[in-house]
Amino acid sequence: MASNLGTIGSGGLSAASTPAAQAIYRRRRRGNKILLTLSVGATIFGLAWLVLILGALLYQGFSGLSLAVFTEMTPPPGSAGGLLNAIMGSLVMTFGGVIIGTPIGILAGTYMSEYGRNNKLTMVVRFINDILLAAPSIVIGLFVYEVVVVRMGHFSAFAGMAALAILVIPVVVRTTEDMLNLVPNQLREAAASLGLPRSIMIRHVAYKAAMSGIVTGVLLAIARVSGETAPLLFTALNNQFWSTNLNAPMSSLPVTIFQFALSPYPDWQKLAWTGALLITFTVLALNIVARAFLSPKAQK
Amino acid sequence: MTQTAMNTAGMAEKISIRNLKFFYGDNLALKTINLPLFEKKVTAFIGPSGCGKSTLLRVLNRMYDLYPRQRAEGEVIFDGKNVLDPDQDRNMLRARVGMVFQKPTPFPMSIYDNIAFGIRLYENISRSEMDGRVEAALTRGALWNEVKDKLHTSGLSLSGGQQQRLCIARTIAVRPEVVLFDEPCSALDPISTAKIEELIDELTTDYTIAIVTHNMQQAARVSDYTAFMYLGELIEFDETTKIFTAPSDKRTQDYITGRFG
Repeated sequence: MASNLGTIGSGGLSAASTPAAQAIYRRRRRGNKILLTLSVGATIFGLAWLVLILGALLYQGFSGLSLAVFTEMTPPPGSAGGLLNAIMGSLVMTFGGVIIGTPIGILAGTYMSEYGRNNKLTMVVRFINDILLAAPSIVIGLFVYEVVVVRMGHFSAFAGMAALAILVIPVVVRTTEDMLNLVPNQLREAAASLGLPRSIMIRHVAYKAAMSGIVTGVLLAIARVSGETAPLLFTALNNQFWSTNLNAPMSSLPVTIFQFALSPYPDWQKLAWTGALLITFTVLALNIVARAFLSPKAQK
Repeated sequence: MTQTAMNTAGMAEKISIRNLKFFYGDNLALKTINLPLFEKKVTAFIGPSGCGKSTLLRVLNRMYDLYPRQRAEGEVIFDGKNVLDPDQDRNMLRARVGMVFQKPTPFPMSIYDNIAFGIRLYENISRSEMDGRVEAALTRGALWNEVKDKLHTSGLSLSGGQQQRLCIARTIAVRPEVVLFDEPCSALDPISTAKIEELIDELTTDYTIAIVTHNMQQAARVSDYTAFMYLGELIEFDETTKIFTAPSDKRTQDYITGRFG
């Protein structure tokens, strides 16, 4: 044993110096270079499209940006106007969807991580939740159309909120469960060892430890639903006028963009670009805030 | 188990473990353990990894209950009552039998709240009384002088050794009668370890203590009694001086002299 160590230490016959070892080493270096080139190339290819899209958006969107966009209603073709009712509608319905979806998502995620970790119900719920997470949003729009719009007999902001809530829930369930699963079991045991009931442990210890992650999940859910068009098209439809009646059709930025961008009128198309710019920057801002929450500094 | 005639006259058994068996699923992890924990004494559990010493400790406050498919049979008599009874209130039990873990586990809240959190649950006391209790607990935990000027900073900002003393202070703040230590120093440097050992020594004036340790010197330093366990069995239980100078069982002798383990 001691003599072996001596040989390695003195470097007398190092295994790395034989010709065969040199050949293996050269081959690995070559492989490394090829893979590095491929992955850098793929990154550039992917990013290029993003840059092009953002460039077009900035170029087209900024030229239409004015105070009127935030103060005037959507205009008929040929006249001046803004996007106020669409912006307001988007805010109202996104807010409503998040208010409905977040508590349900957090409670379900809490059950899955804290009470029923890996039991049958949790596994079934997780499986279905994953399907819901990947479900095309148009399917959810159609579903809400069938169960809400058809029964009520008309399109409404309520139906829009319901559709957005269904999109929020799986995102929040997933992040809540994941973040609570990251809370070390020792922390739960430490709370239990003081005689704390589980409900208090969850509220004061587990949630606190997982807080930044759960907030991030909610922010990402907001970012996701604020750009959704398809579910609103079948539920809240659109409204050319100012409306705060939740029981009536309501305008929203994505649906307005969809309608205006497809129209033949240049002023409508211009407004569509501006609306797209607004949404993109809102989502960007939300993502930056979410990242700030997840940063090690915020975790402390 | 071999046990020589121990002078136990006048010694009160705070906890008596009788015919205790423990199962992880179908796997028998503790094979009929009989062991007393004497009041206001330190009892150390030693033995090689996997011998069941942590498992034994976690039976005493029913920590194993947090996990499915773990169960205990037999009796653990604590002040005349079997804590393994299904109707035993686990939270009340854990408030009386505190536990300190291997890794320091401060809650993600301020130093002050780490201490006050457990107290608030059982007692409704005024702000000034709470300040007094927090100070008393931190003083008892030998941490007060280091943190008195930053009580409202996060408990996570402390060093590892300080965090562990915070956890000890937090445990004794709820006024338990028994404190269980599960390898409390294995994640700490020698100086922090020395502080914790000193602290354990001071705690014996008020508390009955059980400590699991991998470090035999530590067991010899801090404990009055030592239980040597091997493969889920209690091999020998005796006064610490006896265990480390003249053990009755050959396996104990082999373990403490470093022949295996």
